[in-house]
Amino acid sequence: MLSEQTKQAILKLQKLYPEKRSALIPALHLAQSEEGYLPREIQNEVAALFGLEPNEVNSVVSFYDMFFERPVGKHVIHICKNVSCMLRGADGLLSRLCQKIKASPGEISPDGEFTVIASECLAACDKAPMMIVDDKVVGPINEKDLDAILEEAKKGPGHPSPVDLEGLHHA
Amino acid sequence: MPEMRILMAHIDKPDQTQLENYKKNGGYSAVRKAIPSITPNDLIEIVKQSGLRGRGGAGFLTGAKWGFVPKDLPVKYLVCNCDESEPGTFKDRLLIEKDPHQLIEGIILASYAINANTAFIYSRGEFFEGIATLRKAVKDAKLHGLLGKNIFGSSFSLEIIVHPGAGAYIAGEETAQLNSLEGFRATPRLKPPFPAVSGLYGKPTIINNVETLCNVVHVINNGAEWYQKIGKPKNSGTKIFQVSGQIQKPGCYEFPLGVSLREVLDTAGGMLPGRHFKACYPGGSSCSLLTAKDIDIAMDFDTLMARKSALGTASVIVMDDTADMVKVAHRLMQFYQNESCGKCTPCREGTRWMVQILARIESGGGTIHDLKVIEQVCASMAANSFCPLAVGAAPPVVSAIQEFKSEFEAYINLNPHPSKLPVMKVAYPYLETVDMQK
Repeated sequence: MLSEQTKQAILKLQKLYPEKRSALIPALHLAQSEEGYLPREIQNEVAALFGLEPNEVNSVVSFYDMFFERPVGKHVIHICKNVSCMLRGADGLLSRLCQKIKASPGEISPDGEFTVIASECLAACDKAPMMIVDDKVVGPINEKDLDAILEEAKKGPGHPSPVDLEGLHHA
Repeated sequence: MPEMRILMAHIDKPDQTQLENYKKNGGYSAVRKAIPSITPNDLIEIVKQSGLRGRGGAGFLTGAKWGFVPKDLPVKYLVCNCDESEPGTFKDRLLIEKDPHQLIEGIILASYAINANTAFIYSRGEFFEGIATLRKAVKDAKLHGLLGKNIFGSSFSLEIIVHPGAGAYIAGEETAQLNSLEGFRATPRLKPPFPAVSGLYGKPTIINNVETLCNVVHVINNGAEWYQKIGKPKNSGTKIFQVSGQIQKPGCYEFPLGVSLREVLDTAGGMLPGRHFKACYPGGSSCSLLTAKDIDIAMDFDTLMARKSALGTASVIVMDDTADMVKVAHRLMQFYQNESCGKCTPCREGTRWMVQILARIESGGGTIHDLKVIEQVCASMAANSFCPLAVGAAPPVVSAIQEFKSEFEAYINLNPHPSKLPVMKVAYPYLETVDMQK
């Protein structure tokens, strides 16, 4: 269920744009921050707020990599696997990371803390091999830094949304 | 040729994100100069004369693009493309995180020139820090009267909306970006009509890259003549080269266009100890490889196009003698397959087929005519697809085979077993024109 606060924020987002459907992607970011992913019930609630068919919203959700239709860990790690990072050891880093959290890419670690996603280029090739841990760009990463990075991440509030309730007031 | 920092002049200063510091370093003087004393038409003329070409990859003349906007229609939009997803590209992130007001000033100038009252910054959703920095900068600019109604007492008003994407390479293609901004899947639109005539919500829309808009600030501050003298004829100005991969000091380096590849690599610290330069993609992954014989090539739009490669986003991905070109080609084709939006068949199926063939070669099950099939499918895919994604997917792999055929052959010869061609025939019966037995 979407909270009343999120619903109000979505309605406010819609007014920001010349046409309200433009607010759909930011709204889905907001909605996702409720439970960490977008179950069908939440997608349907968003659809109702936009006056859209549920399948219209699902076609958008399923297209974009940042929207999750299944639950993810409390913290999301996007690790880059593209060429610039691959040439600097990303493949080894990814398998080491998966061993550490005891989960394959896309799965939730047994302790519920992490989901690792093997991503395409994340536009920080100067830091290769790199990853985005929740909202922080981390790199260049040495395998021996992984434990510290994971411990640090656990202290944070969890994977964020690029849209926050406060961010809406800018316009 | 030493580095020449114009866009990156204040990038190392920690407080440059603050409006007061941006102003202290000469910021917002271009908008003061232009609004309202320079007419929008004259502004377009100045940018035309400067020869500024788009920095997002295509290198189209910015002033000419602005000139396509019909003057008589009341509602127009500017969209700043900050989707930055081309492999190896990381300049826009730097520009928005470290000097956001430079971009906002460029957006004000461009919006004034085309008379747009709403501008969008479409940022890729993963830029958490960049989006927050931009939001604060927009808010501050508005508080200081640089945005909002009747800027500097003129009749010109402007609002900027920072819009997050949600992870899709294809959203960097301008018409796909418009669909995404309208709240749809990021699939490209048929052109014409071009966005300058019918874009966002069917209204005239100009889409410019972050680095392009930052350049406009300096063109207005210093004049078209000054700008033209930097770089080379028809390739004026500086360019932020992003060097990554197997190199000592990966990072952003700003040079006049026409700098040699050697100078860019040397500035980035040269090769890793004991290694030798093997090849690089000069403009992100969607272009042909350059090799050791190209080491003194001039890095500008026209020279690289004549070499049948491309300056693209000037993202130099460096490979040394330890790089495995089969793995590089395979990885890149996986990228294009992942990012194909699925709208048109040649791209959706072509990239998938390429990945299957390259995976087979890498696992030792390839045959020598697989290489021929790759070239044929790439040519067919590039010629028949809807948008530039497939056009960009072909050269990184085709050029890897052309330049480093022996590496592919070595993988193929590892396994002399009969080929798996019959499987391919079943899977893709409609491609009978490819003769599998040759």
